[in-house]
Amino acid sequence: METYTLIILLLAATLRVATPLLLAALGGMFSERAGVIDLGLEGKLLGAAFASAAVSAVTGSAWLGLGAGILTAVGLALIIGFACITHRGNQVVAGMAITLMVGGLGPTLGLAWFNLGGQTPQLDGAGQRFTALVWPWAQTAREHPWPGLLYAELLSGQNLLVYVAALLVPVSGWILAQTRFGLRLRAVGENPHAVETAGISVTWLRYRALMISGVLCGVAGTYLATAASAGFVRDMTAGKGYLALAALIFGQWRPWPTLGACLLFAFTDALATRCQGVALPLVGVMPVQFILALPYALTVVLLAGLAGKTLAPRALGIPYAKDK
Amino acid sequence: MSRSSALPRWAEWGLLPLINLGVALALAGGVVAVLGESPWVAVKLLVAGAFGSQEGIGYTLYYATNFIFTGLAVAVAYQAGLFNIGVEGQAYVGGLGVGLVALEWGEAHPLLVLPLAMLAGALGGAAWAWLPAWLQARRGSHIVITTIMFNFLASALVTYLLVNVLIKPGQQSPETREFGPGAMMPAMHEVLGAGGIAFAASPWNIAFGLALMAAVAVWVLIWRTRWGYAWRVAGENPTAAIYAGIAPARVIIGSMVISGALAGGLGLNELLGSQHRILIDFPGGAGFVGIAVALMGRNHPAGIVAAAVLFGGLYQGGAQLSFDLPRINRDMVVVIQGLVILICGALGDIFHAPLLAMLHFWGRARRSATG
Amino acid sequence: MNGSGGSATERGFSASAVPAGARGASGPALELRGIEKRFGTVYANRAISMVVERGSVHGLIGENGAGKSTLMNIVYGFQSADAGEILVNGRAVVIGAPEAAIAAGIGMVHQHFMLVETFTAVENAVLGVEGGLQLAGGLARARRELARLAGEYGLEVPLATPVAELTVGLRQRVEILKALYRRADILILDEPTAVLTPGEATALFGILRRLRSEGKAVILVTHKLREIMAITDRVTVMRQGAIVGEFVTRETSVGALAEKMMGRAVGGPLEKPPVQPGGTRLAVRDLEVRDGQGVVRVRRVSFDLRAGEIVGLAGVSGNGQTELLGALAGMLAPSKGTISLGGRELVAAKVGPRERRRLGLAHVPEDRLGMGVVAGFSAAANAILGYHDRPRYTRGPLLRMAVIREECIQKMAVHDVRPAAPDLRITAFSGGNQQKLVLAREMDGEPSVLLVGQPTRGVDIGAIEFIHRRLVALRDAGKAILVVSVELEEILGLADRILVMNGGEIVGEVARGEATEAQLGLWMAGVSGEGRG
Repeated sequence: METYTLIILLLAATLRVATPLLLAALGGMFSERAGVIDLGLEGKLLGAAFASAAVSAVTGSAWLGLGAGILTAVGLALIIGFACITHRGNQVVAGMAITLMVGGLGPTLGLAWFNLGGQTPQLDGAGQRFTALVWPWAQTAREHPWPGLLYAELLSGQNLLVYVAALLVPVSGWILAQTRFGLRLRAVGENPHAVETAGISVTWLRYRALMISGVLCGVAGTYLATAASAGFVRDMTAGKGYLALAALIFGQWRPWPTLGACLLFAFTDALATRCQGVALPLVGVMPVQFILALPYALTVVLLAGLAGKTLAPRALGIPYAKDK
Repeated sequence: MSRSSALPRWAEWGLLPLINLGVALALAGGVVAVLGESPWVAVKLLVAGAFGSQEGIGYTLYYATNFIFTGLAVAVAYQAGLFNIGVEGQAYVGGLGVGLVALEWGEAHPLLVLPLAMLAGALGGAAWAWLPAWLQARRGSHIVITTIMFNFLASALVTYLLVNVLIKPGQQSPETREFGPGAMMPAMHEVLGAGGIAFAASPWNIAFGLALMAAVAVWVLIWRTRWGYAWRVAGENPTAAIYAGIAPARVIIGSMVISGALAGGLGLNELLGSQHRILIDFPGGAGFVGIAVALMGRNHPAGIVAAAVLFGGLYQGGAQLSFDLPRINRDMVVVIQGLVILICGALGDIFHAPLLAMLHFWGRARRSATG
Repeated sequence: MNGSGGSATERGFSASAVPAGARGASGPALELRGIEKRFGTVYANRAISMVVERGSVHGLIGENGAGKSTLMNIVYGFQSADAGEILVNGRAVVIGAPEAAIAAGIGMVHQHFMLVETFTAVENAVLGVEGGLQLAGGLARARRELARLAGEYGLEVPLATPVAELTVGLRQRVEILKALYRRADILILDEPTAVLTPGEATALFGILRRLRSEGKAVILVTHKLREIMAITDRVTVMRQGAIVGEFVTRETSVGALAEKMMGRAVGGPLEKPPVQPGGTRLAVRDLEVRDGQGVVRVRRVSFDLRAGEIVGLAGVSGNGQTELLGALAGMLAPSKGTISLGGRELVAAKVGPRERRRLGLAHVPEDRLGMGVVAGFSAAANAILGYHDRPRYTRGPLLRMAVIREECIQKMAVHDVRPAAPDLRITAFSGGNQQKLVLAREMDGEPSVLLVGQPTRGVDIGAIEFIHRRLVALRDAGKAILVVSVELEEILGLADRILVMNGGEIVGEVARGEATEAQLGLWMAGVSGEGRG
């Protein structure tokens, strides 16, 4: 029973950690299926985290925070679009630039507005954060560990945004496979010339894909600042955008495998956090730095394991020019 | 990217980067205005802080030294068609090598320690670049993502070593003890003083000279050797490289190892020249500044030195600025850095056509005026 | 932008099948009036006026760079004209983007197919005319409609297979189906036979005739005179951006068209002294090459290349020639077989392109800009590509810049490269001058074997003659030369011995004097006759 509880708690933690990764990765999926490398995920997450925390702190409404987070991330996506679609700039450089810029801008504005050394105020008022939604009878169910605990800890008691993220996996899959927009999106990532020839604007299509990425990153960043923690601190994304990108690559730009990759990252993270300070057989107590580094090391190993066999959209990373 | 017509060299290499920087500064000025400060006052403070005194100039050039090393590191990889975002981590691990040599042999003669430290720095940086390069060359792992991950891994590694192994006993903050006297880079004001020139004290040290030498060496390597030729071919046209019998794996590994070794130079300036101990996060983002410097300097050593001095000025002036205007901190410089990368790197050609048209117009106007 | 796409959709499904070509007004299907297009100071199109009647196949011929592609891009909305008018069915239309062209009933089959390779024919057909936010209904309708169109015009293709798995000929059918599905009444085909076997080309012409009899207007853009004579009703000849002649096809001749096209009388065949082959320089045995996906591209290829002869390798593009060249040059590792150069085995010994050059194997690649030169480099820097580590260019690791520049000037003089400016960017030279410089470079190492892919692709006429003469001179100097070309005329003119490739195999071999175009065509189509003796 002890192990069972442990596993349930571990899985619950996995879901919480996976949520921002998954949202960002799905956002990146729209951008990259349209042929635009989304290295700006990290910056969009960070920007949304700052904006949502700041607005929530000032207005007292997590929902307004969410709106601000989405607007900010979409704005950043539009800057990337202006550079990479309109001006056919280098997509990797643009993503990097946005990430660095936001990394500086958040603390700068934070300092000027809140005077807390670059952080936003602690979000502790009612309605300032997204909190767990407790499902009916969760408390009662707890008394019957199987399957009650599973219901109470795993299905119930998650944040609204966790459910949103979970729902977005089938929705994204449906959009890609079953809708006109999805067909055009897949086409523009494979052969933008074919899309233009078919009388569809490559530019507008890619801008829309980038904006979707912005919306999802906005939700993900808001989750980080107003659900997973209670405010914005410097560099709080800590590479989650890059991990999401790696998950997307490992998931081969497809929603369900990407979900799998995100869960794998999150599980590793949750497991490592559990193991913190615990003496493990053979290795003893793992140094905290190694635990923190585990997802990054895992990324390197997973990407090396792919060995170049990828189903990447064929036009990914190539700026589109009408005259070849 | 092919261009319909070329700008004159002075415009391409001088005016265009300055316009780019100017636009980045103007946008940053907008942010300053949003924060409720006067951009004009900020610029005056910035320039005065960076170039208004001997001490300021000393600090500016001290920062610039770091940026020359990291900028060159980014540029060498870029010429070979690789975007090395891992310069920060390579500088970190390279600096660790520098520091370990300094801790171990710090009491020996400088002429023995300093070359050894240089070698250790180069090796450390090169090693941290070699693995992502190898993964790209042999396993097809995208070097951008692996080098980003290696930045995090470098941070974890050095933090672990500082906290658990290298920390000075009986101390709270994770720092090593001070290096021995043999492992100090002579400060520039001392060197100048010995030559009879009085200059205000600053951390500016002879690593600056090493950085300039590295810039010359990189120029020779890229434009005057067959290796540099091969790298540039691979960077411009990978298919042509294969056609010409240039092995992509060797280009990737060779250029990345040199790139990492250059990044290792940062430790010479930062640790041996200024801090005299190893401490947490001593590269302080210089690896990312290197990206901005390389892009603004058009990946040419001369441009990189110039851009590095400008960014050194921004850093020094920015420090002064945050002192005088408490609502603005040094993160503002990071914002400018991001804007410069965006404008020079991703929007590189945005002012090309207008500038060309303008020069054309002026040229015609002048000709018609004289003729 | 979606608005006009939507209107195309509605048109696409208006069930009342409007009699093709008779939609609305009268007048010719397409009329161009005074089209002008300038790039900088160069006119790509100058005062172009032409009329294309419905129910006809209209030929548009001209050399590379004559302005045909620019003109068709203007008609399809990829580029906009600086001046002039486009009339469809007698009514002026403004075509600023492809969707406007589609709405006007214009369809285009590009030389490089505009297909999404991961999509099926049906998905490719509905792209842009999906008929609703959700796909299912549109796909079902398209499946029915495509099946009907395929039956009507003889355009059978597998509808549920990803296009990537279809042959080139079938992909072209998908392109035509795509246009017909959009109710195109004016169909532009840009060099449609470049990728087809003669047999497939004949089938295509059959399809075009059926389209004509249905009242469609077909514009056939080509530089092959034979096709013009075989299929068109009228023909417009372009040279240097302008129309230089317009004919009723059956009232003109190949000779007259050629003269108009080139602006002068066509010279006779290339003069060559009789071949005197020497010893074997390159021997290929049972070669098999796979591509990145593991698909076999070259199989069971064996041949010898002797000193003092030019062997021509004919075949429709995409039948393994590129991979064979890559394997011979050392860029691709064969999965089976041997290549020996001057008696030395190269495959098992894993001899790469660099060493092969040292051993006397030179290679002028098919794709000049993609492979043969580095676009951002100067002419001088390009003139040492692949030879940059030769002792005479280096001192230790350093390059001897003065020597490199000096030798480039010499090469330019010998090979008539203009302008003789070694510091100029390679892209500032014309295609012909680039090719001459590449040829000069590859002669640099005094090779014994020369591989030449598409020697005159994208090369102006003056340079073509120079390059052909130069290759013959090299042959007479005792080099062993392999020429790969998709231009049958070039092969027939240059080669002493001809090999024909189809489906990755060499399916025929014939001496120059005994070659007939008909026999080569059959081999290229994979119809095996007596094959190789």
